[in-house]
Amino acid sequence: MIDVINLEKHFGNNKVLNGINVTIEKGDIMVVIGPSGSGKSTFLRCLNCMEDPTGGQIIFNGENIADMKVDINKHRQHMGMVFQHFNLFNNKTVLQNIMLAPVHVQCKNLRKAKRQNVLRKCANCFRKDKKELNEITTTKKQIIDTAKEKALSLLKSIGLEDKADVYPSTLSGGQKQRVAIVRALAMNPDVILFDEPTSALDPEMVGEVLDLMKKLANEGMTMVIVTHEMGFAREVANKVIFIDDGQILESGTPERFFGNPKNPRLKDFLSKVL
Amino acid sequence: MDSFILKVEKFIEIFIEYNGYVKVLEGLKNTLIIAVLGLLIGIVIGILIATVRVIPKYKILPRILNGICSVYVGLFRGAPMVVQLLVFYYVMLPLLDIHMTGVQVAILVFGLNSGAYISEIMRGGIQSVDSGQMEAGRAVGLSFGTTMMKIVIPQAVKNILPTMGNEFIALIKETSVVSFVGAADLYVAFNYIGSNSYEFMVPYLVMAIIYILLVLIISLLVKLLERSLGKSDRRN
Repeated sequence: MIDVINLEKHFGNNKVLNGINVTIEKGDIMVVIGPSGSGKSTFLRCLNCMEDPTGGQIIFNGENIADMKVDINKHRQHMGMVFQHFNLFNNKTVLQNIMLAPVHVQCKNLRKAKRQNVLRKCANCFRKDKKELNEITTTKKQIIDTAKEKALSLLKSIGLEDKADVYPSTLSGGQKQRVAIVRALAMNPDVILFDEPTSALDPEMVGEVLDLMKKLANEGMTMVIVTHEMGFAREVANKVIFIDDGQILESGTPERFFGNPKNPRLKDFLSKVL
Repeated sequence: MDSFILKVEKFIEIFIEYNGYVKVLEGLKNTLIIAVLGLLIGIVIGILIATVRVIPKYKILPRILNGICSVYVGLFRGAPMVVQLLVFYYVMLPLLDIHMTGVQVAILVFGLNSGAYISEIMRGGIQSVDSGQMEAGRAVGLSFGTTMMKIVIPQAVKNILPTMGNEFIALIKETSVVSFVGAADLYVAFNYIGSNSYEFMVPYLVMAIIYILLVLIISLLVKLLERSLGKSDRRN
């Protein structure tokens, strides 16, 4: 689903990513590990062009999204992202946080279709073979209602339906991160990128977030996860890659990766963290 | 003490019998008009400049606009208000052959000047919002503009409101120099009362009290506004 070809990124003279090649298939749970400063977060942020790659290609659903000409917003709608510091919208309630993007995107499409129809109607007056009008099946109210229904059922699935109308500042870290995951899910993404989702949490809250991620994995969601939770990686991932100095030094299934590491630097890293 | 009471009586006499209150009300009206319209023009200019300053600068057009805005801000923050008024009234108007009253000139100059300050306040406010908010908006597929309007600016407004209140207060106080270009503000009104009675003590005291009252009222309004916007910070 995502083909990363020779991805490069440098900030000024500082080369952070140095030719990364990797393929992520549908249903993959790929975990990215590596020492801090190795470029693993930058790699993840390049996948949805939060950082614009300076070289190489990222083929997502058949299109190279590293190209500055493509409409990146369209592609990001199919690519959820979860941040280390949650980044819930502080001025919106939990429910609004989840509903905002789906409602906005669908309403925008609706407006566009209506606009096109008006133009086509005018143009049809002068055409012999009339062009067909866009079919408009929903209204703004319907869009909002279905989005709300979906948001509430998502909230219910993480047990936070009673928090729908509070602001994020009243939630605990674990609750915030679970809401952030649900916010990404509300767009029905093809893949979700996790940027160290548990690093900013209190130890006792790590479990609830990891459980939710496991549940997602079992439901077949494609996920790319940067994390320091080795136990989680070993249990859930079907592919692990080790990045250091902006290059993939080793990749493979978790059994081989953790059981029989080849690369000396990976051995060194694992001996420190395990 | 007796002489002070005498002075007060004299002031009241002129204030009421020689139409002093008409002058004062007119002065108050002009002061408020200059400050309020100046602030409104300033906000419009400030929004335009702040927008130019925060949009990404990959392309050439934003860079040129950014340069122009830098010059504008530098120019209007560089000279005192009185100097700007004088230059505008006695240099620009004759050169361009335009006729404007003192109040109109004052409104325009105050607007242009506060625009420079307000743009910086707004830029600071927008940049003070955590960059993660913008990233989160972009990550769910919203455009830069939509994220700005729906997420970043509402939070920035809350941050800059106290500073904007300050700016408005500063504007009100600075209007006391508009008599340089012949606009009749509060200072002119009380000066008129003073010179008619050859007695300046009480008029200037009353003038000070009126300015202080004005500022107190505005601070109160700003505080009320802040409170109604602070909903998402409160833990309920």
